[in-house]
Amino acid sequence: MQLYLPIAEIPVSVLLILAMGAAVGFISGLFGIGGGFLMTPLLIFLGIPAAIAVGTQQAQIAASSTTSALAAWRRDAIDLKLAAFLLGGGFIGTLLGVLFFALMRRAGQLELVIVLSYVSLFTVVGGLMLKESVTEFWRSRRGIARPVRRAGEHPAYLGLPFRMRFPRSKLYASVIPILGLALFVGFAGAVLGIGGGFIMVPALLYLFRVPPAIVVGTSQFHILWTTVAATVLHSVVNDAVDVVLALMLIAGGVFGAQFGARAGRNLRAEVFRFLLALLVLAVGLRFAIELVLRPAEPFSLQIVEIRP
Amino acid sequence: MRAALALLAGMLAAPAHAETLIASLSTSRVAITSNYTGAAIVVFGSIERDAQTVARAGPYDIVVTVRGPRGTVVVREKAPMGPIWLNRDQQHFPDAPLYAAVLSSRPVEQVTTDQLRARFRVGLQAIVNAPDFTASRAGADRAFRDAFLRLQKRDRLYIESARGVTFLTSTLFRAPVPIPAIAPPGNYEVDVILFSDNVMLSRNQTNFELVKIGFEQQVAAMAREWSILYGVAVAAVALMFGWIASVIFRRD
Repeated sequence: MQLYLPIAEIPVSVLLILAMGAAVGFISGLFGIGGGFLMTPLLIFLGIPAAIAVGTQQAQIAASSTTSALAAWRRDAIDLKLAAFLLGGGFIGTLLGVLFFALMRRAGQLELVIVLSYVSLFTVVGGLMLKESVTEFWRSRRGIARPVRRAGEHPAYLGLPFRMRFPRSKLYASVIPILGLALFVGFAGAVLGIGGGFIMVPALLYLFRVPPAIVVGTSQFHILWTTVAATVLHSVVNDAVDVVLALMLIAGGVFGAQFGARAGRNLRAEVFRFLLALLVLAVGLRFAIELVLRPAEPFSLQIVEIRP
Repeated sequence: MRAALALLAGMLAAPAHAETLIASLSTSRVAITSNYTGAAIVVFGSIERDAQTVARAGPYDIVVTVRGPRGTVVVREKAPMGPIWLNRDQQHFPDAPLYAAVLSSRPVEQVTTDQLRARFRVGLQAIVNAPDFTASRAGADRAFRDAFLRLQKRDRLYIESARGVTFLTSTLFRAPVPIPAIAPPGNYEVDVILFSDNVMLSRNQTNFELVKIGFEQQVAAMAREWSILYGVAVAAVALMFGWIASVIFRRD
């Protein structure tokens, strides 16, 4: 069955979109991630204009992160004070991201920006995750304990001015790196059509040493509100949110995520991190190949404006 | 009064020897609904002759040209810079039809001369090669015009068919015009030209509209005119679905 998308102005197969939503939802439920970094490239590959893929995907992430943020709320696993600071930076980052997106779209380099960012971000983050998971694996095999952190020993960036206590996160740190991180994640999310959980979670865990129990809920809470902001901003600035497509993605994603979460409970933590790292790395490499191979058709066509 | 009579006499006398072309469309309005997957419009026509019409040596040729809404199109060319490929050179097409179909009863090259095809924009090549189609630049220009045509043909937005017009009798013809689903909504001009022996005998212009109606139209209008409200509504729907999911699948 085909359904016409009123904003994208093309028809799509409903079953295909629902199946894609469910498949990506399954993976996102399995790993506890948003899945935007898989869905946005898939939508572009399907022929949805890049701008609409990115804008619409924000609505889907908002829906899936609502579900996880509510679950975290019930478990009382959100540090609201930390989240408030993250949101401050996140909103500014999102606004800058949407404006940058509009600028690049007008300059005709949007596609390049998306591809380049996917390559750099995903190979770096995927590589770091892979390294971390492999060293962890060897350590546990050989029985070497993780080096223990001593009291008062912390990286220099936490000691910048404007230090503040975040009791729930057992964190006493400058708000500058926190705002910077949130700004970066919000910016990347708005430009790439992702939530950015795969950057936020490891950053809070390894850079700020926030307890794992708090990290995921706080990150989901942050993603929920930045993607809500991005949905509104993308529809105002770029006319890039298709409600029909968003509803199909949400419906597919919600169900997929539930089954994924169930399957994820049987997965061991190390295996899980290793697989996620491979997945992120694979997406990055897929884009890298596109960038360096000679394109079959060097020309591309873009409709800048339609006269009524 | 005398002048008017003279004018009337002139009007009656002048077309006496030529054929009259009558053309009509199967519909003047194509509606885009939720299950829209493209459309097919049929152009019907008849060539009217009267007692004074001169006998033609060759057969009649009909060329139907359909032009969709116009817009500004940019064609960009990727070139290697270091190890990566990125868009370097580009050319604007400021007033290009975003859809064009040229249907004829014979290949347009056989219908009339190069000069007349260029003058009346008969055939996709003539449309794309028109001097005012783009800001011409020596050398590089050619490749961009070719790329424009190639890309539009690939997406089935530019169509040329030498068998697109079928004669039912020697004077009655029909031409189905395929409109792909990705063709933009707007006004479509239909231009029917009658040729014989390389000469243009008659011409008839009409048009149809491709419009979103009902839900599709309302959503598009809201997204355009009330974009803040629309964005907030989409976000609210997303939040609601997320909440419903958390209620249905609650595990704790």
